[in-house]
Amino acid sequence: MTPRIVAATALRVLEQLRRDPRTLAMIIVVPCVLIFLLKYVLEGQEGSFDRVGGPLVGLFPLIVMFLVTSITMLRERTTGTLERLMTLPLAKLDLLLGYGIAFALVAAVQATIVSAVAFGLLGVEAAGSTIAVVLLAIANAILGMALGLLASAFAQTEFQAVQFMPAFILPQLLLCGLFVPREQMAPALEALSYALPMSYAFDALQRVTADGSLGGRGWLDVAATIGATLLALVLAAATLRRRTP
Amino acid sequence: MCSDAAISVRDLNVRRGEKLVLPGISLEIERGAVTGLLGPSGTGKTTLIRAIVGVQIVESGAVTILGEPAGSAGLRARVAYVTQAPSVYRDLTVRENLRYFARILDVPGERIAEVIETVSLGEDADREVDNLSGGQGARVSLATALLGRPEVLVLDEPTVGLDPVLRADLWRTFAGLAAEGATLLISSHVMDEAVHCDRLLLMREGDILAASSPDELLRRTGTRDMGEAFLKLIEEGRSSEAPGA
Repeated sequence: MTPRIVAATALRVLEQLRRDPRTLAMIIVVPCVLIFLLKYVLEGQEGSFDRVGGPLVGLFPLIVMFLVTSITMLRERTTGTLERLMTLPLAKLDLLLGYGIAFALVAAVQATIVSAVAFGLLGVEAAGSTIAVVLLAIANAILGMALGLLASAFAQTEFQAVQFMPAFILPQLLLCGLFVPREQMAPALEALSYALPMSYAFDALQRVTADGSLGGRGWLDVAATIGATLLALVLAAATLRRRTP
Repeated sequence: MCSDAAISVRDLNVRRGEKLVLPGISLEIERGAVTGLLGPSGTGKTTLIRAIVGVQIVESGAVTILGEPAGSAGLRARVAYVTQAPSVYRDLTVRENLRYFARILDVPGERIAEVIETVSLGEDADREVDNLSGGQGARVSLATALLGRPEVLVLDEPTVGLDPVLRADLWRTFAGLAAEGATLLISSHVMDEAVHCDRLLLMREGDILAASSPDELLRRTGTRDMGEAFLKLIEEGRSSEAPGA
């Protein structure tokens, strides 16, 4: 690993995002609008918004970064820039870390603004600290990025990459406990939910927003989220080949 | 053959899908010279080039560059590869692209202005590659490869679609680099480009038909231009395959 190259890569990814202000605006504005919508959709149902509003603030970065990363990485593959990078003195880890740092920074901005809207403007109640929610959101963004890097290896076109979002992310969103608490699901679904990284991300967020602190179980959730991130990164690194057919 | 060859290929077999694209070819490329790899499209030139820069999965055979096996880590700063389609970030400006690759290669910032000058992109340095013509995009890709003053420069069809004046300029640049000691391997499907090369490799259907200097080739085949010489070689090949016919 070479810090100079990691930093250069992070800077390059940020420069690319800056050249696309519409995407940047959507990364920030869309989650805010969705939280706002959710508040009024759930208005008649006592306590529902408080239960899901807080955790959603921390899940948006996961979803958004998955999508943005899988498309960016797919572009690297299809335009030949990845092949060029693989002929240069750059380690695979340099590339992955560069991506990680760039998207973590974007996620930090996104989570901070979405938190301010949710907790400040819309009055979402969080028993724990909102800073903890933002930190978890950043961790989730990196998880989303790692999953996106991995998914991009299985897409040949941008159409396919976009379809990975409903294929990879929606089932996790349905099963993570956001809509129905996991212990109320059919046993098979509950068992499946334990195999999906977003379940742990959601659990940790719920502990902070509902219980006020992570507690022992919450730290295990955090560890599981980080573990899933590392696993996805290792698998993604394995899909970066210097030699191709 | 000369033992101080910059590139040496021995019994190289490359299969892509069902097709044996390179059926056990051998060749050597002289140091400090411009070698043209000429032949029609779809003949295996790109596959051979990819094997030489170490991004192609090969079935068998040995490819050695500057005494090291192709694709080894030690070669990554010494060998540069320019793909046929420009492999640069289309959403970044010329300068931003070069700055990124300069950081990876750890070359000083002044070098960026020099290579921009070499490919005559001074006026467009702060434009996004997306807004440039195809030929200008190809020059950005070439400039990127020149950054690290590589000892071996492998270029896949670098002059396609370029203005004739610019094409002549680039061939002068290539000759200059060779005079400074660099080894250049340049592919083209335009036979007329042979006049700019010190050495030629004529390729057809995966085989090397001839390896010699342009003058030698014309003399041997008793022809006046490369197109004729190429036809003559194909005819000779046919009659030697079926002597009675």
